[in-house]
Amino acid sequence: MLKITNAVKTFSAGTPNEHKALDGLSIHLEKGEFVTIVGSNGAGKSTLFNAICGNFLLDSGRIELEGKDISFMKEHKRAAFIGRVFQDPMKGTAPNITIEENLALAFSRSRSGPLGIAVRKSDRDFFAEALSEFGMGLEDRMKTKVGLLSGGQRQVVTLLMCTLVTPKLLLLDEHTAALDPATAEKVMEITNNIVNRNKITTMMITHNMNSALKTGTRTIMMDSGEIILDTSGEERDKMTLDDLLKMYSLKKNKEFANDRMLLN
Amino acid sequence: MTLFLGSLQLGLLYGILAIGLFMSFRILNIPDLTTEGSFVFGLATSAIMAVNGHCVLGIFLSIGAGALAGIVTGLLQTKCRIHPVLSGIITASGLYTVNLAVMKNAVNISLIGKGEIFSMAVNAMPMLSKDAVKCIVTFIFAAAVSAIIIVFFKTHLGLCIRATGDNEAMVSSSSINVNVTKVVSLAISNACVGLSGGILAQYQGFADINSGSGILVVGLASVIIGEAVMGRRGVTVGVISAVVGSIIYRYILAIATSTHVFPATALKLISAVIVAVALSIPTIKQSMEVSRIKKEAGKNA
Repeated sequence: MLKITNAVKTFSAGTPNEHKALDGLSIHLEKGEFVTIVGSNGAGKSTLFNAICGNFLLDSGRIELEGKDISFMKEHKRAAFIGRVFQDPMKGTAPNITIEENLALAFSRSRSGPLGIAVRKSDRDFFAEALSEFGMGLEDRMKTKVGLLSGGQRQVVTLLMCTLVTPKLLLLDEHTAALDPATAEKVMEITNNIVNRNKITTMMITHNMNSALKTGTRTIMMDSGEIILDTSGEERDKMTLDDLLKMYSLKKNKEFANDRMLLN
Repeated sequence: MTLFLGSLQLGLLYGILAIGLFMSFRILNIPDLTTEGSFVFGLATSAIMAVNGHCVLGIFLSIGAGALAGIVTGLLQTKCRIHPVLSGIITASGLYTVNLAVMKNAVNISLIGKGEIFSMAVNAMPMLSKDAVKCIVTFIFAAAVSAIIIVFFKTHLGLCIRATGDNEAMVSSSSINVNVTKVVSLAISNACVGLSGGILAQYQGFADINSGSGILVVGLASVIIGEAVMGRRGVTVGVISAVVGSIIYRYILAIATSTHVFPATALKLISAVIVAVALSIPTIKQSMEVSRIKKEAGKNA
């Protein structure tokens, strides 16, 4: 499904600020897998997503999706089959445009040409039905500008925009981190429903270790642009929060021995 | 009466310019200086065609001329990544030479005695007065352009353009090609500007190489006045309010000059002041609000 081989990305190469964000990272995802990604700030999690989405090209390495090499494909072309939800609820939706128009941006493109009417009656009914499943009452506010919604509601709209047309790959970049705990739980529940129903291959970055183990089918831990733990199946089921934290601090301890601590 | 109808005609005519600027300034969020060049490009093209006996073709070509100017600016902005404002200045500056060439190196051309669409329309409708016909023709143009643009904003491409101006980061991370939407919207916006210039040339019976200077401010003033009257609601209202604003703007000028409050030469300064004041109103309101809150707090303390 998704196969990344030896991905390397260095920022500000050749300057004192040189930073190796991805250091020969390789990973292979099967179809329908739901991978949660943990790791400290600067571990390269978001860089990995940016590389998959094509925000920049890798220094070296290959990205393949369903057997097709997409390493040099343009960002907007990849976006046609990769859905991405950001941490910032403001990022995924256009505030001065109504809910139905935002959804239409993501949806009607796949059917009518550029000069087709964007929101047709049939689209509207379809959107309303999809929104009603979330039980947030958004289906009655289709003509409301998205800027008037709360962060959680905007995140749900973004999630729906990414999945109205089932993507080949869904990337969730800490998409519940900016929400209050109750809303975060609700959004997480909706996420699980959508992913499970459509069997979408998904990668989710989270700082919540607990939900990292509980959600999905596989967990990886990243540090300094590398994968330091990759667990799934029975091993993962048995793994407790403590085990995961131990792994985490083990890595941290190594860092303490590193001279970087002295310089900071 | 002549002044009254004349202002209405000019208002409708410049209303098309205002629609173009509404698109670049309000939808795309770019003050597009290409306007100063594309307006004259449309004007010159239409005039030279009319001189050669093709007045109707001239109107159509003025649309194309404007669009072409917009595409150049769009490419400078997207492909060469030049700052949006600077891209417009570069295009407008280069267009000066192009416009001179179109006008066969003359600084102005007269269309008097040559056929133009307004005299054609007057001949076609002999039962109506000249001014009435001119009103009808300008109204038809303004209404047609408004209708086309309003419908366009409801299409998928139109929606993409609105989203690009609203949240560019989101659109660029979606499957929409931002470069395409920007170039297309600048082309359409400048096509409106060029058309407005093209009609003006045949309306006033002459073309002048300098008629573009300050035209951006005139268009922005219209957009802003329209918003002040009709409020900032949606794109459909926005397009109509741009035309309404343009008409009101012409009446303000007519009153100001006919009552001899200001000399005719002060028009540009008045426009500039209107735009500057209108754009600073939100900030003024805000600071008034802050000082009101502070005062209240002081009283209660």
